[in-house]
Amino acid sequence: MTKTHVTMTVNGTQVEGLVEPRTLLVHFLRENLQLTGTHIGCETTHCGVCTIDIDGMSAKSCTMFAVQAEGSEITTVEGMANADGTLSALQEGFRQMHGLQCGFCTPGMIMRAHRLLKENPHPTEEEIRFGIAGNLCRCTGYQNIVKAIQYAAAKINGEEFKEAAE
Amino acid sequence: MNDMTITRAEREAKLEGMGCKRKRVEDIRFTQGKGNYVDDVKLPGMLHGDFVRSQYPHARIKSINKDKALKVPGVLAVLTAEDLKGVNLAWMPTLAGDVQMVLADGKVLFQNQEVAFVVATDRYAADDGINAVEVEYEALPVLVDPFHSMDADAPVLREDLAGKTEGAHGLRKHHNHIFEWTVGDKDLTDAAFRKAEVSIKEMISYHRTHPSPLETCQCVCSFDKIKGELTIWGTFQAPHVIRTVVALIAKIPEHKIHVIAPDIGGGFGNKVGAYPGYICAAVASIVTGRPVKWVEDRIENLTSTSFARDYHMTTEIAATREGKVTGLRVHVLADHGAFDACADPSKWPAGFFNIVTGSYDFPTAHLAVDGVYTNKAPGGVAYRCSFRVTEAAYCIERAMDILAQKLGMDPAELRLKNFVRPEQFPYHSALGWEYDSGDYHTAMKKMMETVDYASLRREQAEKREAFKRGETREIMGLGVSFFTEIVGAGPSKNCDILGIAMFDSCEIRLHPTGAGIARVGSKSQGQGHETTWAQIIATEIGIPADDIMVEEGNTDTAPYGLGTYGSRSTPVAGAAIAMAARKIKAKAQMIAAYKLEVHEDDLEFDIDGFRVKGLPERYLSMKDICWAAYNSPPPGMEPGLEAVSYYDPPNMTYPFGAYLCVMDIDVDTGVYKVRRFYALDDCGTRINPMIIEGQVHGGLTEAFAIAMGQEIRYDDAGNVVTGSFMDFFMPTAVETPHWETDFTVTPSPHHPIGAKGVGESPNVGGVPAFSNAVNDAFSFLGSTHIQMPHDFWRNWQAAKSLGVV
Repeated sequence: MTKTHVTMTVNGTQVEGLVEPRTLLVHFLRENLQLTGTHIGCETTHCGVCTIDIDGMSAKSCTMFAVQAEGSEITTVEGMANADGTLSALQEGFRQMHGLQCGFCTPGMIMRAHRLLKENPHPTEEEIRFGIAGNLCRCTGYQNIVKAIQYAAAKINGEEFKEAAE
Repeated sequence: MNDMTITRAEREAKLEGMGCKRKRVEDIRFTQGKGNYVDDVKLPGMLHGDFVRSQYPHARIKSINKDKALKVPGVLAVLTAEDLKGVNLAWMPTLAGDVQMVLADGKVLFQNQEVAFVVATDRYAADDGINAVEVEYEALPVLVDPFHSMDADAPVLREDLAGKTEGAHGLRKHHNHIFEWTVGDKDLTDAAFRKAEVSIKEMISYHRTHPSPLETCQCVCSFDKIKGELTIWGTFQAPHVIRTVVALIAKIPEHKIHVIAPDIGGGFGNKVGAYPGYICAAVASIVTGRPVKWVEDRIENLTSTSFARDYHMTTEIAATREGKVTGLRVHVLADHGAFDACADPSKWPAGFFNIVTGSYDFPTAHLAVDGVYTNKAPGGVAYRCSFRVTEAAYCIERAMDILAQKLGMDPAELRLKNFVRPEQFPYHSALGWEYDSGDYHTAMKKMMETVDYASLRREQAEKREAFKRGETREIMGLGVSFFTEIVGAGPSKNCDILGIAMFDSCEIRLHPTGAGIARVGSKSQGQGHETTWAQIIATEIGIPADDIMVEEGNTDTAPYGLGTYGSRSTPVAGAAIAMAARKIKAKAQMIAAYKLEVHEDDLEFDIDGFRVKGLPERYLSMKDICWAAYNSPPPGMEPGLEAVSYYDPPNMTYPFGAYLCVMDIDVDTGVYKVRRFYALDDCGTRINPMIIEGQVHGGLTEAFAIAMGQEIRYDDAGNVVTGSFMDFFMPTAVETPHWETDFTVTPSPHHPIGAKGVGESPNVGGVPAFSNAVNDAFSFLGSTHIQMPHDFWRNWQAAKSLGVV
C-alpha cells in the first residue's frame, strides 16, 4: 500500500514518518515512535487506555488515523513528567491516592485527567466522574482515581488537599 | 552501631514493614508510561500472527484454501490444523482433563473459534491475509441451551469423544456429558429433607460473564534454532506452569524454554489458561525462524478466551420452623462450552464449589454437578474468585435469603442463627473442608451496627407501606451478604494442576551492603507484589522494604512457583517469603552471636538487628550482619546470606466478610440507585491496608458489573451478541457506586504471618449483596427469586411480571 508522509509535534518534538493511510495513530505512536506508554485495550473507543492529548483536546488514538494527526500537536503520557524528571502533580496524585493497580489504564487516565483539569481546574467529584467516563479501569475501581485527580487539582491550584471523609 | 537517639517507632517506620500503607514502587514506572507489557516487546525481524475465525457456531469445514492469502504482500505463512498435525500440536490438553483443538480440526464448535493462523510482516498485512483465506463450511445444528445438552436428539458436538463412556472425572451419561461430580452424604441429606419442618427450592442461575482485563491475552515467541531454545514473553499468571506444559507437549527440554511474564495489564483468571494463540505463535516462530507476536483484540478476548461462571444451581435448604438449617442439597448444571477447559485443580471438576455450605453450620449436605458441552466458547475460569467459589457463595447467599423470606425472618438474623460459631474452628464442613479460623458473629454485628441496620429496615417498612398506598413508585432493597471464601490453593495433598503440585516459592539474596533481591514464584497482574512482598521481608528480617527489590515472572531467575490466581499469592507465596526470610534470620543470628561473642540463645531480634538480652547497647544491625556474612563469617560457615523456600501449605485459608447494599429501584423504569455499599472484610493479618482497600474497591466494581448488567449472551443460533464493550456492560466512574470499607482481623492459625488473601473476596461477597438487594426490594410483592443480571430492563420486566406496572 502506498505510504504517506506525516509530520507532527509529539511531546514538544517535531517528528515524521511514512505510514499507510490506514495506520492508526496509536500504532504510529507505539510502533514508529516507540512511545509505548499509550496502550491498546478495545480498538473501539470504549476503554480509553489509548487516550492522548491532541491540539488541546482528549482523543482516543485507537480510532484515529495517523494521517488525521498531520501537523497537530500531541502530548502522550511520556510528556507528562516535570521538566526535571520528577512526577507531575497528576502522576504523584495517582501514586499518593493509590489510583492504579495494573497500570494499564493509567496513561490514558492521566491524559484524560490532564485535559479535564485544564478545562475545569476546580471540578466537583461528580464532574470528575463524568469527565473520566470514557476511560475504564478494571482493577481498582474509580474511587481512588477520583481522589488522585482531586489531589492533583489541589496541588496545581496551590491549595491544601483534604481527603473527603468516608 | 547502636544509634539510641532513634526511637523504636522511628526505626519501625523506616522499615515500612507489614501493616504500613507503603506507597507502591510500581507506580513510579506505570504513571510515566514506562511499564513493560507484552505488546511493548519488540524484537528484530518480528512477525505478527492473527487468526481466521469461524462465523459459524457449529459447522463442518469442507475446505480451507490458503493460496490467495499467501499472495498477499507481507504474508509469510498460513497455518491450519493439518500443519499443526505435522508437529503433533493440532490438539492440546486443557487444564481440566479434556483436549481442545488448537486450530479447527474438521469442524468448528463455537463462534469465533480459531480456524487458521496467518503470519505476516505486520499486523495490517496479517489482517489482509485473514480476509484472503477461503474457508468453506457446512452448517450443523447448534446447541445453545445447556438444559437441552443431554436431550436424546441433541446434536453430537464432540465427535472425537464418540463412544467414550468414561471421562477424566468418571462416567459420561450422554454424548454431550462431560462429568458428574458428587460430594456429601446423599442418604443423610435426603433424610434431613424428609424430616424438615420447612424447606425451600429454587433454581438459581449465575450467568456467563467474562473477566475482560483491559490488556488482552498476548505473547511473543522466539525460537533460536541454533541453540534449540524457545523464549516466550506472555501475559501469563503462571509462567512456570506454562514452561512445564510447553516442555511436555512440544518436547523441547524444559531448561531450553524461557518464559517471561513482564508487566501484566490485569488478569482476573483470564490469563491462567493456555490459548491457541500461544501454541500457534510458537509453531510459527519455529516454522519461520523469526520471532512472532500474537495480540488478541477485544472481540477475540470476549468471544474466545475463557468465559466465567455459567452455573445453573437448583438449591434446596431444609430447616426447622425456628430457622435452624438442617440440610443443603444442590444440583448444578454447568455449561462448559465446546471443550472442558475450565481452570480448576485436577481433582476438582467443579473447583471448590463444595464450599457451598458457606458460613453456615449445615449438619449435612449433598452436592451433584453435571458438566455439559454446548456450542459456546470453552474455558470457564476462576474469575476473581478461587475456582467456582463465586458461584457457591451466590448460591448459598441467595438461598438463605429465600429461606428467611419463607420463615418471615430477617435475613441477617437468620444468618446469625446459623453461623459457624467461633469455638467450632477449625471447622469441618459437611462437604469436606476444614475452615482454619473465623469470627463471623463479630463481623456481622459490626456491619449491622455501622450501617444502623435496624433503622434501615424500619425505613424500608415505611417505604413499602407508602408504595402500597400509591405515594411512591420507588422500592427499597437491603442486600445482606456474608461469605466465606476458600483460597490459597494449595496444599499438594489435594491441589495440583495437570499433576503439578501447587506449592509456591521465594528466594531471597541479601548483598554485602544490606540491600537485596527477592525472587518469587507468584506473578503480579496489578496486585502490587513488588511493594507488599518487600514489606513482609522488612518485618521479618529488619531490612527496609526500599532496600529489597522484588522480581517475578522470569522462569530463568525465579524459583519454581505456581503463579498468581485464586487469591493464592499471599496465602502461599507470602508464606514462602516469610519462611525464606526466617531462614536468613536464623543464619544472621548465628553470625551476630559470633560477632557479639555470646551464645545464640542470648540474642533477641529487635526490629532491625540482634541485641544481647539484658544488654541493650550490645547490638548488631542486619546491615552489619550482611557485611559480615560475606566478609568475615564465623570460621567454618559458608559465606553469603541467602535462602530459598518452597512452601507447601498445610491447609487453605478462609477469609470472610459481611457486606450490605442499600438500593432504590423505580418500578416504572427499572432504574436502580445504589444508595450505600458497605464491605467489611476479614483477611487475617493485613500487610498493606492501602492495597487491601484498593483491591476491595476493584473487586466491588467488578461485582457491581456482574450483578447489575454484565453478561456474555448468545442468541438461539449460537451468535455471541455481547462481543464488544458496546454490548458488554463495563461500568464507568459515573455509574459505579461509592464504596465504604471496613475490617476485622482473625489471623490464619497455620499461616506464618496469619494472612489469608483478599483480592477476590469483594467479588465473591459483592455479587450476592447486589442481587439480594434487588430481590429484597421486590420480595414484598411476592417474588422469591429474580435471575441476574439485574439491569434496568430486567428490573422493569420483574416489576411488570409482579403486576405493579
